[in-house]
Amino acid sequence: MSTLEIKNLQVSVETEEGSKQILRGVDLTIKSGETHAIMGPNGSGKSTLAYSLAGHPKYQITGGTVTLDGANVLEMSVDERAKAGLFLAMQYPVEVPGISVSNFLRTAVTAIRGEAPKVRTWVTEVKTAMADLSMDPAFSERNVNEGFSGGEKKRHEILQMELLKPKFAILDETDSGLDVDALRVVSEGVNRIKSNSDVGILLITHYTRILKYIKPDFVHVFAAGRIVEEGGAELAEKLEEKGYAEYVTA
Amino acid sequence: MTLASNILENHTTPTGREEAWRFAPLARTRGLHEVESAILDRPSLKVAGSGSGFSFTLIDGRESLSKTDDVVVLKVRNGTSHVQELKIEKNAVIAEPIFLSRDLSGSSVEVAEASRLVIRAGSHSQATVVIENAGAMTLAEEIEILLEDGAQLRFVTLQEWSDETVHIGRHHAIVGRDATFSSYVITVGGGFVRLLPTVEYAGPGSSAELFGLYFATANQFLEHRIHVDHAIPHAKSRVHYKGALSGNGAHTVWIGDVFIRAAAEGTDTYELNRNLLLSDGARADSVPNLEIETGEIVGAGHASTTGRFDDEQLFYLQSRGIPADEARKLVIRAFFMEILSKLALPEIEERIAATISKDLQGVEL
Repeated sequence: MSTLEIKNLQVSVETEEGSKQILRGVDLTIKSGETHAIMGPNGSGKSTLAYSLAGHPKYQITGGTVTLDGANVLEMSVDERAKAGLFLAMQYPVEVPGISVSNFLRTAVTAIRGEAPKVRTWVTEVKTAMADLSMDPAFSERNVNEGFSGGEKKRHEILQMELLKPKFAILDETDSGLDVDALRVVSEGVNRIKSNSDVGILLITHYTRILKYIKPDFVHVFAAGRIVEEGGAELAEKLEEKGYAEYVTA
Repeated sequence: MTLASNILENHTTPTGREEAWRFAPLARTRGLHEVESAILDRPSLKVAGSGSGFSFTLIDGRESLSKTDDVVVLKVRNGTSHVQELKIEKNAVIAEPIFLSRDLSGSSVEVAEASRLVIRAGSHSQATVVIENAGAMTLAEEIEILLEDGAQLRFVTLQEWSDETVHIGRHHAIVGRDATFSSYVITVGGGFVRLLPTVEYAGPGSSAELFGLYFATANQFLEHRIHVDHAIPHAKSRVHYKGALSGNGAHTVWIGDVFIRAAAEGTDTYELNRNLLLSDGARADSVPNLEIETGEIVGAGHASTTGRFDDEQLFYLQSRGIPADEARKLVIRAFFMEILSKLALPEIEERIAATISKDLQGVEL
């Protein structure tokens, strides 16, 4: 059982007009096996939370703490966070021309597991994971995210989640830009990982539709850089009906 | 753009103030750019092995296939009586690459040499030609490449020169109807290298892809000055050059001149140059230039970037557990592999990758 604990997290970014505070005291505790949905309007700071947890250098932590089983996440480098068990499925995965998917996956898995995977089992592992996500085997010879469609990029993110086996996965707008079929495949992938592991999930989304496929245990409404309301899955249904208006004007 | 005189006698020695020479450290050419300096007429290319479907001979050099106003190229033409000719037979499909390399026996960096090569790719032929430049030379050269209708030619030049080499050259391709020219210019060696990869089209449906890769370390000057002249309708060009620089006095120049003339309707062109600065004290000049005389085109664009590492790529790799230094190495390798892997010549890929790794040793990433 692991715990990711975010306390009073405050984050700023540098802008041309000077430092701008985005997160204004976020409190959130996620335990293994739990799925938390963070929902909120554009610009509420959802993605800032995701990137801050992963350690993107653009975001400056100005207050608060983040711990993973008591270890100070904010003191860790980006790769150390990944090794500690954090995974960020990005909204806009980055193209890396010149590195093949297979080379990338192998390098990442070697780094996370601390040793190179055995060739034979590795090939089977990747093939199986790709087949589960309805990915063509030829995909592994393509360059990382280069020329990928929106759906391919998100499948590739979930493929990495499957292979890297994080303790906690942050899915940042994984549903954005997906058609219904791709959304179903990606959601089934996440659910498969959930049922085969004890992963805790922080599902960040603007829309409620992914929550029809991935059932959250908790729903947090995010507005103006903090959590403004919390509840169970029924809160998502309320948002589906009424939208974010009351939180934005509040 | 109009051609200055194509007669050497009408030219004076470049001073460095001319647009075409403004980036070049002329004190380091060993006089190769000077109109009056002597040049030895020595056909220095040799072909490796033999094969069918092509011939390699010495032919009379009084005629040229193309026009130029480059002083050094005119000097090469003036100073040579013969031209080496690689002729690929009509309809020949040659699977194995044809390797040409420099015969350096009797050569000295103190003696400037002129070399001329003509490659004739017969109609509907398919071949790969690899020119391997290595060792120490002071070389001025011209390579003219004629692709007859439907020919497909992959043209690879490797500059793996030693540090003292001065190399000034022009590779001019004339791409016939429905012909496809792919050029790969890899420059990782030489003290002063200035290459002019230029393209003109002789018929519609023709296509040229120009790929380049360069890596300048301390005190290396590497210039690639591309010129694509679209004067024929429905031709395509792609230019993609990538370079890295590391060390004090490393200097690269990339010029991408693309002209779309009024008659060149249906032109489709895009050019791209990316430079990776790996240390202080290095300088990358990058100048894309697109001139368009007709709006009836499929597309025309250019992009140029010069900078340090792509932070987003590094973040992405690190967020997957890959440590920062390893992520940087991967990104650099990826930067080069994007071009190198297109060569589809594994041995050369490995060799160049090894040279790059060596250049990267001692670089604080």
